Formats: sequence, structure tokens, C-alpha cells
Amino acid sequence: MQIITTKIKLYLPLIKSLQTSLLLLTGVAGYLSAHTKVDWIHFWQMLPSLFLAIAGSTILNMWWDQDIDTKMKRTHKRPTSAGKVTRNEVFMLGMAVSIIGIGWALLINWFYGVVVFAGLFFDVVVYSMWLKRRTCWSIVWGGVSGAMPILAGRVLAVGQIDAVGVLLACAVLFWIPTHTLTFSLKFADDYSNAGVPTFPSTYGEAVTRFAIAFSSVIAALTMGTAAMWIGVTAGVLRVIIVLSAGLFFLAATTVFYPSDRVNLSLFKYASMYMTFAMLLIIPA
Amino acid sequence: MKMSALDRILLFAIGFLAAYQIAIGIDNMGSVPIVAYTIAFGVLLVAGLLLIILGFEVLDAPVVVIISTIIPLALSLGLIWQHLAFLRTPYLIFAAVSFLAVILTRVTPMQNKLPVITIAITHGISGIVIFLLPIIISIQGQAKPLFSLVGVGGALIGIVGLLLSFLKTGKPILSKNTILSLFPILLLLTTALFVAGFKYG
Repeated sequence: MQIITTKIKLYLPLIKSLQTSLLLLTGVAGYLSAHTKVDWIHFWQMLPSLFLAIAGSTILNMWWDQDIDTKMKRTHKRPTSAGKVTRNEVFMLGMAVSIIGIGWALLINWFYGVVVFAGLFFDVVVYSMWLKRRTCWSIVWGGVSGAMPILAGRVLAVGQIDAVGVLLACAVLFWIPTHTLTFSLKFADDYSNAGVPTFPSTYGEAVTRFAIAFSSVIAALTMGTAAMWIGVTAGVLRVIIVLSAGLFFLAATTVFYPSDRVNLSLFKYASMYMTFAMLLIIPA
Repeated sequence: MKMSALDRILLFAIGFLAAYQIAIGIDNMGSVPIVAYTIAFGVLLVAGLLLIILGFEVLDAPVVVIISTIIPLALSLGLIWQHLAFLRTPYLIFAAVSFLAVILTRVTPMQNKLPVITIAITHGISGIVIFLLPIIISIQGQAKPLFSLVGVGGALIGIVGLLLSFLKTGKPILSKNTILSLFPILLLLTTALFVAGFKYG
């Protein structure tokens, strides 16, 4: 029993619980945004299958990036880079969790399963294995993979990739650079030591700040349009517009009065914005 | 002063109440009041979130003076539009002109007292409207008695504004720590009074 407890304690940091939870929330929002009669059997199976697929891809990223994580101050204490779990063990765990998650997703609905698989493929193979060490533009594919859970949820509910699903996915896609680019600014030395190309090291800080602001604004506009097309009430739309205005204000401040503090604030606000927006599109 | 967990909870509650008011509390009103109240409660909502993220230090930023003018101007405009039809256009002009004046006098370096006078006139007139109008129309029976809670909220936000103004001018009535520790509670109470006044008034 103690061995299991110890293992769970070691494995939990591998799934980045906060990030995984937020992505799972996007999947739930995608499903419930359809405002159709909820198929509870589907819904309660979607949660674990999506969770396992997201967690699996995160674990596989940790496996692949172990050498980079060891060189970075921000990540060197992770169980993989600190040597608390072997690389082989992480790989086996990642594969097992991913296969269960994807397999379960395919069993629920093949189309939903394919979208969930696409998320894992873009994240692990395209983003981490292929592009992350080659180009700073890899974050676009990281964003595409992050957009898959909400699209998967929507696909499971409506049975097709519709315009709203694409818009919701785009909102998440444009929100993710706010996260990754802020980290690449804050931990620029870390990424440089690890030899990972980033926007700040390739294009400079000013361009990166502009990219963060631009992507935040596009994320908010896309989310607002998606909310309108979903048919949320006028009141909910007003709240989304107000929250978007706050995002625009911070984005403008980031460009015209740049500082690390403002940058970090935009990142935190954008995370709050996306969480609230997801919750707001759920009610019918 | 470092923000406590309780402060964050209170600020989050302000945001929640403001969001409720925007989403549900102002339905079935005319377009202008809806826009005006959305702006007023929207500033409260975003300000609450930004305070949670940035901490009390954000109150020292020069832009706070401009943004904090929006709340009383928008709220008073909504009230005038709903209850004093003959003053609609003049007050709309006053709100627009005084807001522009506040921006101009804050972004242009000035040695005289014009910026302070502009702020005093803007906050003074809009504050009186928010404080007196709901109470008067409640007494006259044009609205339910509980609508006067909006006026009480107006008085309270005036007190909050005064405390912060004296703090900014370097002549605080209370110590900075006391003012900042009271700030989230007073702001929550103000927002709750506004929301309750509109709901039950």
C-alpha cells in the first residue's frame, strides 16, 4: 500500500494537474455549449477518457523533455529531471495512460476519439518531438493541441466539427500563446541554457509582448463571437464583453507600458478570462 | 500592504455580484441605462479581478483616478436616464464632457489646481445624483422603498473615494493599512447595496 501511495505522489506532478484540469474544463464547456439534451452516459465517460488522454500526453512530454527540464531552474525539480522516476518508467506510464484514454474515447464515439487522438499527436509528436527544439513557432502547434479538448467535447455533443466548435478551438489556440510566451519571457535564461528557441530569443522582447497582446485580443474576440453564435443570453454576452474589455486594457498596457509585472498580470487575467468564459457559455 | 486571502475572497465576491448585476440585474431596461450600468458594474468587476491579480499597489497607478471616475458617472447617467427624463440630454453631455476633462487634466502636466477642481466637480455632482435621487424617488413612491439602498451605496462609495483621495494627497484620515484593510469590505458592501437596491427597489 505504501509503495502505491509513494508512486502516486511521484506520478501526480507528471500530469500538471492545474493545466490538465483547465483543459478538461474546456472539454466540458465544449460539450455543454451545444445546449442539446445531455447524454449523461457520454458525459460521464468523456471526463475520464479526456482526462487520461490529456494526462497521458503531458506525461509523454515530460518523458521526451527530461534532458531540457534538467537544465532549467523552473523544471529541474520535476520527478523526471530530479531522477525520482526512471525515464523508462515515465514512458511506460505515459503510454499506458494515453492508450487507455484514447481507446476509451474511441469506444465512446470514433469521431470524438479521433479528435482526442489528434490533440495527443499534435502535442507529443508535432510540438515536443519534432518542432520544440527547432523553431519558436512550435508554440502554434502546442496551441493547436491545447485546442483539441474543447473541440472534442463539442464533437461528442453535436456529432460534427461545426463553426462554433472551430471558433471555440481558435479561442483556446490564441489564448495558449499568452501562457507560453509569458513563460518564455520570464524564464528566458532557462530556455536559452536548455537551447530551446523562443520568441524572445528569436524576435526580441518587444515583438514577443506584442504577440502576447495580439493573441489575447484575438482570443477574446473569437470567444465573444463563439458565445454569440452559441446563443448565450444578452446578459451573459454583456459579461463576456466586459471581461474582454479588461483583457484589451491589459493587452494595450503590455504594448505601450511594457514591464514584467504587466505581462504576468495579462497572463493571469487571460487565464481567469478563459475560465470564466468557459463557465459562462455552459448555461442554456 | 500585502493582500490577505480574505481580501481576495471579498474582491472575488465583488466581481461575482457585479457580474450578476450585468448578466441578470439590468434586463428589461432601456438601451442607455443598460449600457451605463454595464459600464459601471463592468468597471467594478474588472477592477476587482485586477486588484486580486496586481494587489493594492495598483491603486497608486495614475490611471486609477480616471477609471474610478467612470463608476459614478455611468451609474448616475443610468439613474438620470431612468428617472429624470427632462435631464437626459444635458446630463449625457455633462458625463461625456467631464470624463474627457478628467482625462485631459490627468494626462496633461499642470501646475494649477484644475485637475483637482475637475475631479471634485465630476465626483461631487455624480455622487449627489447617486446618493439623493434613489432616496428621493423612494420617498415620493415612484420606486419601492428598498431602491433607496442604491443611495446608501452611493454614500458609501463616496466615503471610500474620500479615504483614497486623502491617502493619495498624502493627508490620510486613517492610516494607509487601515484604509486598505477596510477597502475590500466597504467596496463589497457598496456593490451589495447597489445590487440589492436594483433588485428589490
